[in-house]
Amino acid sequence: MTVAWAVDLGLAALIVAVAVATVTARGTFAAAVGFVACGLLLALAWVQLAAVDVALTEAAIGALTGMLLLGAAAHLHPTEAGMVAERPGVALRGAATLLCAVVTGALAIVVLSLPDPAPSLAPAAAAHLPATELGNPVTAVLMAYRAIDTLVEKVVVLVALLAVWSLAPDPRWGGRPGASRRRQRDDALAFLAQLLPPIGIVAGVYLVWTSADHPGGAFPGSTLLAAMWLLARMAGLVDAPAVSRRWLRIALVAGPVVFLAVGLAGFAWADRFLAYPDGWAKPLILGIEAAMTVSIAVTLAMLVEGPPERSLSPDAQRAAGERSSSGLEPEP
Amino acid sequence: MSFVLDVFTVVAVAAGAFFFVAGTVGLLRFPDSLCRLHALTKADNLGLGLVVLGLLPQVEGALAAGRLIAVWLLAQLAGTTVTQLLARSARRSGPLA
Repeated sequence: MTVAWAVDLGLAALIVAVAVATVTARGTFAAAVGFVACGLLLALAWVQLAAVDVALTEAAIGALTGMLLLGAAAHLHPTEAGMVAERPGVALRGAATLLCAVVTGALAIVVLSLPDPAPSLAPAAAAHLPATELGNPVTAVLMAYRAIDTLVEKVVVLVALLAVWSLAPDPRWGGRPGASRRRQRDDALAFLAQLLPPIGIVAGVYLVWTSADHPGGAFPGSTLLAAMWLLARMAGLVDAPAVSRRWLRIALVAGPVVFLAVGLAGFAWADRFLAYPDGWAKPLILGIEAAMTVSIAVTLAMLVEGPPERSLSPDAQRAAGERSSSGLEPEP
Repeated sequence: MSFVLDVFTVVAVAAGAFFFVAGTVGLLRFPDSLCRLHALTKADNLGLGLVVLGLLPQVEGALAAGRLIAVWLLAQLAGTTVTQLLARSARRSGPLA
């Protein structure tokens, strides 16, 4: 038994324990915190499996989803006691347990019955790496071999943001999302929000740039950029832009548009959708990644901000206040 | 020379681990939020600091060493800020929180 083996075993046991604690936690806040811890441990597990790209993405997703879940938990807090009291019946709980057990069991059977060595496309991915001029096979898979998946994925994130925005009540549409925050004097958070963003922005851009040859990627990089902006926003140093601002919308669609344009141009220069011409693969991929980084960072930040809650102009706000105080429905 | 450095690494990392254990015990055993935060900062500052110090002789090149120190400094910065925010929130919500 080696030390590495003991570390792996301890890590796996810890992941299972934290996962069970998250599922069985009574409060939504405790469950959200457990989820964040579980994501962090999973990232460590990916590092142990030498999948650093996946670890970075897992850490990014864990932090982002954790923030969304904590926000949701704060919203649910006033009604939580009632929800805990209304415990679902034995039949429903039994059915849920059965469903989870079947899914877990099926996954376990699939994983355990894989042939040894498991089927792998890794040699093929490595063999064609020189054609893409990239050094990181993960980026080659994401941006060249399976670029269509990545393109659709980015569009899905954008659609998710539209879904969040569509929760806005009519009078608030086009306004600023989230509550307004005022900067507090001598605030520790404001200090951090002034000190950390220069470091975080450089690290985020570096993660994107280095992903051509080393572990990194547009998603972890843009998550870091979004986090820096959210930090400044939480400290009250900046305010969220109104969702009707044109520059915001251009930033949101820039990545998918550039990706799609390069993909369509593939018909002209290489006779196929999303095909890159010889010798131009790397600059095109980096260009797409740069545009995507902007779009993903803005999308993620706006996802955390939530639907528009503040009206565009003071006049519109006053009008909305009068409507709600007089009990009239907002005009359609 | 390398034996001395290895001994230094083992001693420093073990000392760091000791502070992590002490901080965890404090987190679990101390009576109120402010005391628990006090215990946690020991794990962050001294524990991680000693682990980083112990690992410094084992890395190749000044750049990798700088990266380790940067990790420690960033953890310090984030830990200190979060501790401040938690302590403020604990003080506002009363001594029992």
